[in-house]
Amino acid sequence: MTIALETKALRCRFGAFVVTNDVSLQVEQGARHALIGPNGAGKTTLINLLTGVLKPSAGQVLLGGEQITDFAAHRRVKKGLTRTFQINQLFLDYTPLETVALAIGERDGVGGNLFRPLSSYTRAVDEAAELLARFGLDGVMGNRTATLPYGKQRLLEIALAFASRPKVLLLDEPAAGVPEDERHEVLAIVSDLPADVTVLLIEHDMDLVFSFASRITVLVAGAIFAEGSVAEVSRDPRVKAVYLGENA
Amino acid sequence: MLTILFDGIAYGMLLFILACGLTITLGLMNFINLAHGAFAMTGGYVTVVMMNRYGLSFYWCIPAAFLVSAALGAILERTLYRRLYTASHLEQVLFSVGLVFMAVAAADYIMGGQQQLIQLPPELSGRTEILGIGIGRYRLFTIVICAILAIVLQLILSRTRFGSRLRAAVDDRRVAMGLGINVSAVFALTFAFGSGLAGLGGAMGAEILGLDPNFPLKFMIYFLIVVAVGGTSTVSGPFLAAILLGIADVAGKYYVPAIGPFVIYGLMIIMLIVRPNGLFARGGAR
Amino acid sequence: MTVVANEQSRAVPPSVADAGQAQSLMRQRSRIRFYEVIVWVAAVVAIFVLPSKMLILTEIAILALFAVSLDLVLGFAGIVSLGHTAFFGVGAYVAGLIARHYYAEPVVGLVIAGLASGLLGYVTSFLILRGSDLTRLMTTLGIALMLAEAANQLGWLTGGADGLSGFTLGPILGMFEFDLWGRNGYIYCLTVLFISTMIARRLAFSPFGLSLKAIKANPVRAAMVGVPARRRIILVYTIAAIMAGFAGALLAQTTSFVSPDVLAFHRSADVLLVLVIGGTGYLYGGIFGAIVFTLLRDWLSVVTPQYWMFWIGLLLIVLVLVGRERLSNWIGFLPERFSRQKGGQP
Repeated sequence: MTIALETKALRCRFGAFVVTNDVSLQVEQGARHALIGPNGAGKTTLINLLTGVLKPSAGQVLLGGEQITDFAAHRRVKKGLTRTFQINQLFLDYTPLETVALAIGERDGVGGNLFRPLSSYTRAVDEAAELLARFGLDGVMGNRTATLPYGKQRLLEIALAFASRPKVLLLDEPAAGVPEDERHEVLAIVSDLPADVTVLLIEHDMDLVFSFASRITVLVAGAIFAEGSVAEVSRDPRVKAVYLGENA
Repeated sequence: MLTILFDGIAYGMLLFILACGLTITLGLMNFINLAHGAFAMTGGYVTVVMMNRYGLSFYWCIPAAFLVSAALGAILERTLYRRLYTASHLEQVLFSVGLVFMAVAAADYIMGGQQQLIQLPPELSGRTEILGIGIGRYRLFTIVICAILAIVLQLILSRTRFGSRLRAAVDDRRVAMGLGINVSAVFALTFAFGSGLAGLGGAMGAEILGLDPNFPLKFMIYFLIVVAVGGTSTVSGPFLAAILLGIADVAGKYYVPAIGPFVIYGLMIIMLIVRPNGLFARGGAR
Repeated sequence: MTVVANEQSRAVPPSVADAGQAQSLMRQRSRIRFYEVIVWVAAVVAIFVLPSKMLILTEIAILALFAVSLDLVLGFAGIVSLGHTAFFGVGAYVAGLIARHYYAEPVVGLVIAGLASGLLGYVTSFLILRGSDLTRLMTTLGIALMLAEAANQLGWLTGGADGLSGFTLGPILGMFEFDLWGRNGYIYCLTVLFISTMIARRLAFSPFGLSLKAIKANPVRAAMVGVPARRRIILVYTIAAIMAGFAGALLAQTTSFVSPDVLAFHRSADVLLVLVIGGTGYLYGGIFGAIVFTLLRDWLSVVTPQYWMFWIGLLLIVLVLVGRERLSNWIGFLPERFSRQKGGQP
């Protein structure tokens, strides 16, 4: 099995406070890998380390076997690693069409072009429209993102990560903050991601984890506490005690 | 050479007193107040008026300058500044630049454009010999007063309840409010106090730095350097930064007068390249 | 709703109407707005209709170019610069020096001045990439102050406090002489302004321009879609420096004089005010703001010659406190500025 994403002894500290403690994680190609743990376990920090938002104090990050530990965030995106944020990070004044077209343009290497208007890149615009349609956003693609309901913004967040055609996609609590009546759209999108994309998912929603993931890593206090298939982890008494509670 | 060092220290301490109000404002309210120099100028002109028109003693002018500038600061904070605490830095810059322009023009109109001269009391003029070094009496006086003020400030911040409330509010405003600290009162008091200190510095600085309507513009960059290099989380950071700046400026102007100002600007730029968050910054960028 | 994200099989193919709609939305973005046409037509008509006002119109054109260049930095890249006049001043001095010592043809001097400012912009762009708003403010301010001091000290080169004079410009492109009424000067400046604004416009609607505002709006997100922020900002800063250099050169060439005031702090503040008045992020704010500011300043300097700085300061304060959006709502006839497609909220 090829390893799509890997960390080796990854460490991150703020002064004396160790947030990520010697994490060696392996995510297989094509996996549906969930990362769970109590609040403050360092899950989002790990994602930040993986994507280059934070620099580790020690350890390495490898993407498809290639060292990316020293790569800037945007370079990692070019190498095929994208993410969504726990709280939507979007360009509120742009429309979904502009936002996705921007991502596609960067992906195709034309993002730096100074002289041709964006509208002349018809292929990119078409692809953006198509992607938005698949995510159910084609009706609102011309509206300012700030005017969209949160659920639609969340869909855009995922669509945006997807627009860069990632090999590895990191989803940070994709359903977080989404009102009940809009959740099913988000969950459907997540389930229907193509098989050749490796997905690492942070989630608190255990239903989503159990229905979606094939492998689970449990993070507690910045270190890996348990790891294995869904069946193994859900039966592990230690995990139950620390995280799932007596009722799991 | 020791005289230069001494002069530089005096200059630096004066800069510290002038700039520390700005450090607190920036650290506390995340407000870039480029008009800080206007409060200093106010103190200077109050001193000039009191001494030259009413013949009052220099020693009365210093507290008077403090009070007038503090009052002015309190009024402006209540009416204008507090509306912009949540505004973007650009808007704060534009606002304070506007204030500076108004202050400069007003000073020009009311007091005229020439350099103001004051007559120091005889016991403060001239020089004395200490340990064989010729020292200007006024500079000695400046150093003593500023040192006392710096120590008092440090004590207030670290030993009093107000000080801990202030430090809490600087560290994390929302948490401080959640703890029941009246953040807006802290802001108002601090802003007034900082402006008062600036006025005091302006009063004392009239002799060393010179006083004319362009004072806020001339010294804006110096205050900014003290704040940017010294950071906003301690008293000692800006203190050291100000001393360094004072010595560098005086030494530069003496030894290499042709490129004197470049020394300061060049050092500042180098400093900012190497440490974009200030020499003594504690962590999070402002 | 079934969503299958696989290239081969799609349960819901996006309709042709979708793709067409997307294309037209995008084209809408870069359409020519009505005020653009009005501005340029009015500027050309003024040549014939206001022949006695050529000098002030030239001033406006120069200030407009300077402001448009700052808009690229401020409204697009989101960098608050207190020292943009550094590039203006360098452009002015270089143009003056070239005319005085080497070559009196204006366009050559203009290009060289622009390149000089561009070089300065490129070199200093690395400084502004680091640090917070405050450090950026200081670095930009510090650079401008240093240059002002240099101009003051290097009197043998720059004329020091007296300014650089004693040069006259030959005919533009060898053909159009600068006339006494300033008409050719105005046409020259207007042409440079037009070309520069059109280039800036292209830039604004390109993928590059789109990425700039994205960096400004949400730098972390921009990085996460693959935008190499540093490179982009360096490039736009350099381009803006070139344009500001052009503006300075135009001033030197049309007045045959370079005052040390071209590097003064108040110029950086003035051009910020121009953008506050006109609005940032859509390029024409620099032009509209320049018109209003120049007329206002001219009127003020007649009414209160010595203390106009007071009123400028007051205007700044009022504008900031009232908030330009509210002001613009009163001047409702320019709704295009806030069109959704452009995403151009300042």
